[in-house]
Amino acid sequence: MTTRIFGSGIRRREDPRLITGQATYTNDIKLNGMVHAAILRSPHAHARIDGINTDAARRAPGVVAVYTGADTDGVLNPIPCAWVIPDSDVKAVAYNAIARDVVRYVGDAVAVVVAENRYQAEDALELITVDYSPLPAVVNPEAAMQDGAPQLHDDAPNNQAFHWVAAGGDTDAAFQAAEVTVSDTIIQQKLIPNAMEPRSAVASYQPAMGELTLWNTTQNPHIARFVTCLVTGIPEHKIRVIAPEVGGGFGSKIAVYPWEMVVAFCAMQLGRPVKWTETRTENFVATTHGRDHIEYVEMAANRDGKITGVRSLVYAGMGAYLSTAGPGIPTILHGLMYSGPYDIPNIKADIHGVFTNTTPVEAYRGAGRPEATFLLERLVDMLAQQLDLDPVEVRRRNLIPKFDNGHDTAIGLTYDSGDYPGTLDAALSQVDYAGLRAEQRHEREHGRYMGIGVTCYCEICGLGPSQVAGAVGFGGGLWESATVRFYATGKVNVFIGTSPHGQGEETTFAQIVADEIGVPAEDVEVIHGDTDNTPMGWGTYGSRTTVVGGGALALSVRKIRDKARAIAAHLLEAAEADIEYDDGKFFVRGSPDQAKTIQDIALMANVAWNMPEGMEPGLEATTYYDPPNFSYPFGTHVAVVTVDPDNGHIDLARYAAVDDCGPQINPMIVEGQIHGGVVQGAGQALWEGAVYDDNGQLLTGSMLDYALPRAHQFPNMELSSTVTPSPHNPLGVKGIGETGTIASTVTIYNAVLDALRPLGVTKLDMPLTPERVWRAIHQQG
Amino acid sequence: MKVPIKVTVNQKVYEVETEPRTLLVDLLREDLGLTGTKIGCDTSQCGACVVRMNGATVKSCTCLAVQADGAEITTVEGLAQNGQLHPVQEAFWNSHGLQCGFCTAGMMMSVIELLERNPDPTPQQVRDGLEGNICRCTGYQNIVKAALAAAEATGG
Repeated sequence: MTTRIFGSGIRRREDPRLITGQATYTNDIKLNGMVHAAILRSPHAHARIDGINTDAARRAPGVVAVYTGADTDGVLNPIPCAWVIPDSDVKAVAYNAIARDVVRYVGDAVAVVVAENRYQAEDALELITVDYSPLPAVVNPEAAMQDGAPQLHDDAPNNQAFHWVAAGGDTDAAFQAAEVTVSDTIIQQKLIPNAMEPRSAVASYQPAMGELTLWNTTQNPHIARFVTCLVTGIPEHKIRVIAPEVGGGFGSKIAVYPWEMVVAFCAMQLGRPVKWTETRTENFVATTHGRDHIEYVEMAANRDGKITGVRSLVYAGMGAYLSTAGPGIPTILHGLMYSGPYDIPNIKADIHGVFTNTTPVEAYRGAGRPEATFLLERLVDMLAQQLDLDPVEVRRRNLIPKFDNGHDTAIGLTYDSGDYPGTLDAALSQVDYAGLRAEQRHEREHGRYMGIGVTCYCEICGLGPSQVAGAVGFGGGLWESATVRFYATGKVNVFIGTSPHGQGEETTFAQIVADEIGVPAEDVEVIHGDTDNTPMGWGTYGSRTTVVGGGALALSVRKIRDKARAIAAHLLEAAEADIEYDDGKFFVRGSPDQAKTIQDIALMANVAWNMPEGMEPGLEATTYYDPPNFSYPFGTHVAVVTVDPDNGHIDLARYAAVDDCGPQINPMIVEGQIHGGVVQGAGQALWEGAVYDDNGQLLTGSMLDYALPRAHQFPNMELSSTVTPSPHNPLGVKGIGETGTIASTVTIYNAVLDALRPLGVTKLDMPLTPERVWRAIHQQG
Repeated sequence: MKVPIKVTVNQKVYEVETEPRTLLVDLLREDLGLTGTKIGCDTSQCGACVVRMNGATVKSCTCLAVQADGAEITTVEGLAQNGQLHPVQEAFWNSHGLQCGFCTAGMMMSVIELLERNPDPTPQQVRDGLEGNICRCTGYQNIVKAALAAAEATGG
């Protein structure tokens, strides 16, 4: 066999339409008779609605209809939360598509206008008058739980949305016996994902058939169909959800949003297609946010640096309502990862989910795991400082040794495989860690502030076994399916349930097929994102598409290979056991020159003129693949920064990473995922953060006020990798979509704190803006 | 009230009537059907809507259509000529300079203009030159790589 296509950084199949402007995103869709919706949103974080007058808006030019919450009574059910974690007293409060009586965050929908064009719809919004009685608001999740705090929901006392505790070992005993402890208060500030494509929906309803088609900027069209059925009452089989080209998500397109249901409602009422596309201003307040933890965290250790325990008390802001997957993020995807890549015998996570008068919180790239990695790596650095040990040495003393097939953690996870010391060694050698420390000493002697951050991480992704999903309250399965269909011409369609939005699966999945059965990758077309012509899938999030969807695909191709082998044996008049396969050819052992190609067999299977006795025609296979375990990628990241004490400016001088996601199908795409993830994580460390005033007004409500990372702020990242296959899926792969974000925030944070160490700064809240850094330096005296 | 304007987009002349308040990006997308230009923020920070107008890069979400009266405009749909990709398109493809593709049209327009001003830029000059364009997927690294590759391909 020549060069394997599995492992080749071939350029992407999807790019020609994207670089020529021919791709169709939701907002590019135009249907006959289509009208346009605009949504009136609450300017108050908490208020009673005393009255709404829509008369003038109804009379405005071009206006087709105006609806308020009252109009949806009995038509739309509340939007359900789909991750009700067990034994946690989850308060699944009603989230109405259009608010009734009370608004609970700036951005809550109050009314919708439908007009002939978008400009007219927005004009009419201004003619709606709403009488509000403002109520006191609370935005800080810890403050929201105190007695006397403003209450958001009658059925959630003290605003507690849930209380989840997970423990392994005996943490109390570990802390009592500890020779040394370190503790910190960590603010994981609220982040605003800002996918470049604003959210958008187009709904078309056919009253005669009772059928709804919903084009939607979603990461999970099949879940969207399921929830749309629950909210609208339209039977699931009469709903078609299409995720066309989707312009990034990062978690913010997981939720099934009220506004999509409003668009569906309008289309059902009017019998005309309706489009809604959010403005960026709406995106800031009405598309889900991420993080928002206040964490009290502690680590116990022996004097030799051996960690004996980790525990937390976390107030996790959920926003005003529970978003689709909201409760699972600070719990299952966070608390269960407190062991990281270390052997820690005693762990306890104590997590309060809290309602606040802010935009609902969902997954945001990494989703719970960046927060876990942050607290662990921060505490390890603090421990090293307290023990006067090199932070790398403390890590080394605690890393789980290399393992190939399963490692159980104290809190009940089984890591699949790992070589954590391997990536640490590779990263240290790549950056010449000893040399960097020498350079740092030299710089410090000359009054310059250079810092080094080193992070070891592993993370849980590739979600996951469905049985576990059920046990942790996830309102669905986590398996995937893939259908592979060979045509008579030897060309192949792949139909997948997952729904990529920038990750390049049309390319990597074609590579899987090409590698498994020897067809050229360009002969494979991957179809996704349309519930009417793809098999069931649970969506693209949690770095699961390649692991679980790719697993389903590989198994389907292998089924086809088995059938093709039987057909080849029949055509070559040989026993099946004597048929060998190599690179798309089937032949009797020893006679490779008399081979049947997979294309020959595809033709025969499709025309079925001469098939083995009793065999069905066609060359097609479908697999429903439920993985036996999650996947646990890992790695080591290193950041080098310099800080200018005169102005607090941080320069990210170097960023190096050694990641291990098992065998890489397309290394170019893997590196692209890491690049993007690292920069997003850097955004949290250095610039990004939702700022609310005490009344719940979002002060960072535009790209002018919310600082997204820009090109000039980064050096060229230095990436490399090791390969430790996962024993728990057919391709041995592990997810790579989130590792960059999971590792980079704390890596950069620790580098900055390391730089500031001679200045006595030991504590800073993110983002590490120049002003904050400057003030911290100068407060030290 | 609508006013007549005449614009040349991708070498094709359009005579249309438009409201004075219509944004150029809406004229392109809604009236001319050229949806390759994207709206990312409507406040001129993100650069997804960048087009060329009389050679200059313009954020079409903060430019009125009437301001384009008489102008020559190039959008992403006009970059490839006779079925041949523009060198910057080719470089973005080869270098994996895009993931979700939403910022890509504006990003390529900015790179093309940047390379016209500076045919042989340093990596840092490319990074500085992209300050008006936000990408949330790529971390910019492969966009910079693409710009440098395009510069090399076009003899910069």
